[in-house]
Amino acid sequence: MAGAETPELAAGAVAGGADIVELGFPFSDPLADGPTIRLAAERALAQGMRTAACLECLRSTRERVDVPLVPMTYAALLEAYGWERFAEDAALAGATSLIVADLPADLHPDLRRVQLVAPTSSDERIALAAGQTDGWLYLVTLTGTTGARSELSPELAPLVERTRRLTAVPLYAGFGISTPAHAAAAAELADGVVVGSAALDAAEGGPSALEAFVSSLRAALN
Amino acid sequence: MSAPTGIGLYGDYGGRYVPETLIPALDELSRGWDEASADANFRAELDELLERFAGRPTPLYEAARFAPAGKRILLKREDLLHTGAHKINNAVGQALLAVRLGKRRIVAETGAGQHGVATATVCARFGLECVVHMGSEDMRRQHPNVERMGLLGAEVRPVEFGTRTLKEATSEAIRDWITNVDTTYYLIGSCVGPHPYPAIVRELQAVIGREARAQVLERLGRLPDAVVACVGGGSNAIGLFAGFIADEDVRLVGVEAAGAASLSAGRSSVLHGSRSSVLADADGQVLDAHSISAGLDYPGVGPEHAHLRDSGRAAYVTASDEEAIAAFHQLASLEGILPALEPAHALARALDLDAETILVGLSGRGDKDLAEVLSH
Repeated sequence: MAGAETPELAAGAVAGGADIVELGFPFSDPLADGPTIRLAAERALAQGMRTAACLECLRSTRERVDVPLVPMTYAALLEAYGWERFAEDAALAGATSLIVADLPADLHPDLRRVQLVAPTSSDERIALAAGQTDGWLYLVTLTGTTGARSELSPELAPLVERTRRLTAVPLYAGFGISTPAHAAAAAELADGVVVGSAALDAAEGGPSALEAFVSSLRAALN
Repeated sequence: MSAPTGIGLYGDYGGRYVPETLIPALDELSRGWDEASADANFRAELDELLERFAGRPTPLYEAARFAPAGKRILLKREDLLHTGAHKINNAVGQALLAVRLGKRRIVAETGAGQHGVATATVCARFGLECVVHMGSEDMRRQHPNVERMGLLGAEVRPVEFGTRTLKEATSEAIRDWITNVDTTYYLIGSCVGPHPYPAIVRELQAVIGREARAQVLERLGRLPDAVVACVGGGSNAIGLFAGFIADEDVRLVGVEAAGAASLSAGRSSVLHGSRSSVLADADGQVLDAHSISAGLDYPGVGPEHAHLRDSGRAAYVTASDEEAIAAFHQLASLEGILPALEPAHALARALDLDAETILVGLSGRGDKDLAEVLSH
């Protein structure tokens, strides 16, 4: 989640082996998020992290790391800032694409972004999202909100299998991937893993704690 | 500016701004609703329940002592329905739909507790599991309704973060639905949310306007000059307005709480799955609403109201907490009716509206608000 410490945390994550860093632009009512990310958003907003400050944070982070940075947010922020202007200013600040959690593929199809598909998605919707997605497809591993889980979702394997039949784009799996063991199991199926809530928890301990956590994920994948 | 595309739009408002996980469930809901609406058996069962279980039709009552000199004020008495508010119209219809779709677990949000009670009631009637998400601040303000839901067999889950009111309760109900979408029907309480909910709730509440129009014609021999209803999410207002939207000479007036005026003081934004007029800051962050009335204490509003505002077909004004309380006391002492604080806002504006014959939606009764009124 965007904040004063984000550039250092991102540098820690990249030092630990992260290939891409997602940067949350907080929204007051994040429907797709469980308690960890919701609370982080609440705290970021209390610290004044509105859109302009988030873009500034993105710019500062861009100066610290070389990997792709992907803002993740909700439609209300784009609605307020202007859809095209948001995409342009994010790109100028160093973003590679966007993720908008409450913007399914049939809404604003001209906004280039990483599309999400879920275990509930029909083949038709997976094909639609894959056709529009920007670079890779975000596979939501489970039917639910973001947040750490004790087990990797059994819904991931059938979702990967269906999606592979429909598209050749890289598939990165996220939601509920909390441990190196989860990451390793998910990477057996998908081309990459996205770790959100568990990384936020690790980041509570600062950049070196986040680096250590990401290193443990990296080691499990290698 | 890329235009929103997709289905379920009222002008530029509405749509389905939800995580992908819910899209198939919304498609299933749309199909199920279309089939049900076209099924004579479904409509007959709904009408039967509305008559014998909910208590329709509700009377039209002329508040002759409440009306200022030179005015006639007619009240559509939804407060006399089973569970005490118009919410039961929607709850009965959606419960029938849930049963038809094979869902046995119902999740709902509630603010004032009226929709929660209506949902708990129909779940008891149909033998469905019922979970109601409710802000802890609202649980404090509307304690009798919390007890009623419990007695009806519902589980009330307190929402302990953010504003602790209807906004957060709605977000939690949607998260619950996302998590349990295979087994669960989300029984939304107002004409808000992603498509097709605004359309479903409007159709289920439109019975208010159909009845009222016929009753006014029978009583006055003509249509009213104005139709006035309170607007939180806007379900009783859209239901009442629905009967008169085609009557272009009838003014439609929605009354918002002054501290929760999504239409009068809001901006275009996205909240709880649809694009509408929202109380939000310049960055799109949703602001806290403030009203003495828990049912109006919501920073969003149904997308059709935003469209009716922009098209000029309906006008939206506000009433303050104090004005609502004054109207509450006036109706109680002059007519022997304790209104809920929500329609007390509509009553307050009806008193000073420059119209001769006014139909007011009396959407609920005031028993739940006694503590709030007595403390002022």
